Amino acid sequence: MTVKKYFSTFLAGTLLATGFVSVAQAGKSDDTLNVAIDRELESIDNYYNTAREGIVISRMVWDGLLYRDPKTNEYLPNLATSYKWVDSKTIEFDLRKGVKFHNGEKFDADDVVFTLNYLADPANGAKPARNVNWWTNAEKLGEYKVQLNLKKEFPAALEFLSGPVVMYPNDYYSKAGPEGMALKPVGTGPYQVTSVEVGKRYKFKKYDGYHTSSPKGSANIGNIVMRTIAESNTQLAELFSGGIDWIWKVKPDQAQRIASQGEFTTKNSSTMRIGYLNFDAMGRHSKNPMNDVRVRRAIAHAIDRDGIVKALVQGESIVVNSLCFPSQFGCAQDIDAYDYNPEKAKKLLAEAGYPNGFETPFLAYRNRDYAEAMINNLNAVGITAKFEYLKYAAFRDKVQSGGAPFNFGTWGSYSINDVSAITSHFQSGGKDDYSKDPEVIKQLGIGDTSVDPAVRKAAYKAALSRISEEVFMFPLWSYNTWYAFSKDVDFNPTPDEIPRFFTAKWM
Amino acid sequence: MLYYTLKRMFLAALVALTVSFISFGLLYLSSDPAIAMAGETASDADIEAIRQLYGFDRPILVQYFDWLQRAASGDLGKSYYFRTDVSALIGERLPTTMILGACAITFAILLSVPLGVAAAVRPNSLVDRIALFLSVMGQALPSFWFALMLIVFFSVSLRLLPTSGSDTWLHFVMPTVVLGYYAAPAIMRLTRTGMLEVLSTDYIRTARAKGLRPPVVLFKHALRNAIIPVVSLAAVQFGFMLGGSIVVETIFALHGAGFLAWESITRNDLPTVQGLILVFSLFYIVLTFFADLINAWLDPRIRIK
Repeated sequence: MTVKKYFSTFLAGTLLATGFVSVAQAGKSDDTLNVAIDRELESIDNYYNTAREGIVISRMVWDGLLYRDPKTNEYLPNLATSYKWVDSKTIEFDLRKGVKFHNGEKFDADDVVFTLNYLADPANGAKPARNVNWWTNAEKLGEYKVQLNLKKEFPAALEFLSGPVVMYPNDYYSKAGPEGMALKPVGTGPYQVTSVEVGKRYKFKKYDGYHTSSPKGSANIGNIVMRTIAESNTQLAELFSGGIDWIWKVKPDQAQRIASQGEFTTKNSSTMRIGYLNFDAMGRHSKNPMNDVRVRRAIAHAIDRDGIVKALVQGESIVVNSLCFPSQFGCAQDIDAYDYNPEKAKKLLAEAGYPNGFETPFLAYRNRDYAEAMINNLNAVGITAKFEYLKYAAFRDKVQSGGAPFNFGTWGSYSINDVSAITSHFQSGGKDDYSKDPEVIKQLGIGDTSVDPAVRKAAYKAALSRISEEVFMFPLWSYNTWYAFSKDVDFNPTPDEIPRFFTAKWM
Repeated sequence: MLYYTLKRMFLAALVALTVSFISFGLLYLSSDPAIAMAGETASDADIEAIRQLYGFDRPILVQYFDWLQRAASGDLGKSYYFRTDVSALIGERLPTTMILGACAITFAILLSVPLGVAAAVRPNSLVDRIALFLSVMGQALPSFWFALMLIVFFSVSLRLLPTSGSDTWLHFVMPTVVLGYYAAPAIMRLTRTGMLEVLSTDYIRTARAKGLRPPVVLFKHALRNAIIPVVSLAAVQFGFMLGGSIVVETIFALHGAGFLAWESITRNDLPTVQGLILVFSLFYIVLTFFADLINAWLDPRIRIK
């Protein structure tokens, strides 16, 4: 535990133990939900930021053609009333009539064609590129009918069209551009932006003209103010003093203390982010013990994932055995699991020619405490991990250049509920792939390009089974997020870690 | 005095240039800004596109001189993160930091100089002990801890002051106290030491023997000489407050230049960091320059040397 963690615990303890907590009801009384976020957003134009808070705002302000219900994971019509796969690379959409943007502009095929063609042009630099680089162009078939032409078969298209790909008003955006949209965003979503103080504060007002047929439903809370408060202790103090009604990413120990007081609501939700160990199976970095599958299996048996989840990760996190989050399409669960068995690990190491263990570099970029717990597990079977803790940029650079034979990373799949957003990212022969196994690459290729769900599922299962059997990568656990908010607020988190404030209401 | 002023200005310009070059080199070597800019969800293609777009693939010296040339004409470039002009960004954030810095140094001087004088006039008295206690406390208290304790009592418990933000003057009360109190001990100890030394000199004894009133002896004759090193120190402390109030700005969510500097470093926003370093170093240099001039005005022996 770091000094800061000790202090955070101390502060939360001080606040709570001294009875300083008394709930202010300012938010409810003026119908304004005050929300704290911990980072300055570069822009709130949906296509020019990569922050999770940006995704949250995107869902509030804009709509996609479809919408994935976070409970059922079903793709529901939103700005499109229906869609049809013309062939494996062409989708036709019928658009909803009567929808208006926040500035009064009418929504029709011109907006969809403009948005999709603007995004398809690499010169415009929309990011992340993988959200928008899978179609060639969009064509107008009628005032309320469009056709999307894909570059190749892309079965995850509906997932992207129901989330990150949202529709912009063509007249406004062609004049305002990304800079204008960042300062005065205009969408069709349940909230409209009334004020932007770049990096500091964003104000939203319920959009009274929101189309009633939206699967998102109309917003209940009149106003939302989102403030950047970087320091978690200050967020906590603001919550206790009534300045803020809702915070997230609360530390587990603080969440438990807050919950024990009964003055605020705390909720925990598992997220799509999972942790993993990545091994240099193919000898990309060097000839090293990780090249031997018996060593990789030994490590899989040496890590006490249940113990770490219980003691450190906590919340609704679960141990994962497939290299994906269970809700993702194609994430087969009937995969052989590796139980915690140090004796078996030692035996496998001896068989591999390392009866006294060995020394290996071990890289990580977040969750130092989890990494240290794993180092202890490895020590117990004779493996000495030389720990290197890096900033994310340096970690990624080193991993992708082949400089990390054994590393601990995490992946959030951009909240895309499809295996292609994680397994295919790591195991399709790219820069993060340290095994480059032809069979895995082949199966993932089938899964990534077939539009037949059964074929996809079978291919992904084959790939995930082989990854597990050969321990090319070792999945660890899912992550979770703690939320704390005023008792006046009725809010339910979702596993994709995208708080939907338009579904929140006052109690 | 003119020769002295020109010499100090030349040295100041050299310092600014050196600082900008060293900081540029260190920032460039620390990591790849393209990766940090692209974010966790970016693909290799995104990163490579950013690298080429911003010219990160060029030699560091070329990049530095390119930046220097533009900076000389007042163009600090565009923020990689916010995509806005760095000069506009700094101009937007600097007032908060300057208000905070000015309030804090004023608070520090008002607290420490009278206490330092009082402690020197009556050494080893109760006043001296209180001054010593406050001084030790100020040095020992980590500012983040002190800040959070003030929040606990004044915001959460008493509900007298707002916790964070910079909308009203009330938002600046706690940050001023935290930042000013951190700077006060050094000024206080230096004032006390200087006054003790001056009060024991012959000319003060002579002034007293001539029958001058004690306040005149103390403030007109003694303090004027004792304050010389304090002016230099206060200038450095003020420079520190303008450039180094990162912790205070972060805790009180003030969104000033210090917070911007910290955030820009973590996201490798090189033009913003470089622009801020230039501004901060110029603050230090200008403040030190003025402190030297004030000292030269207070003590003519300095400019003659």
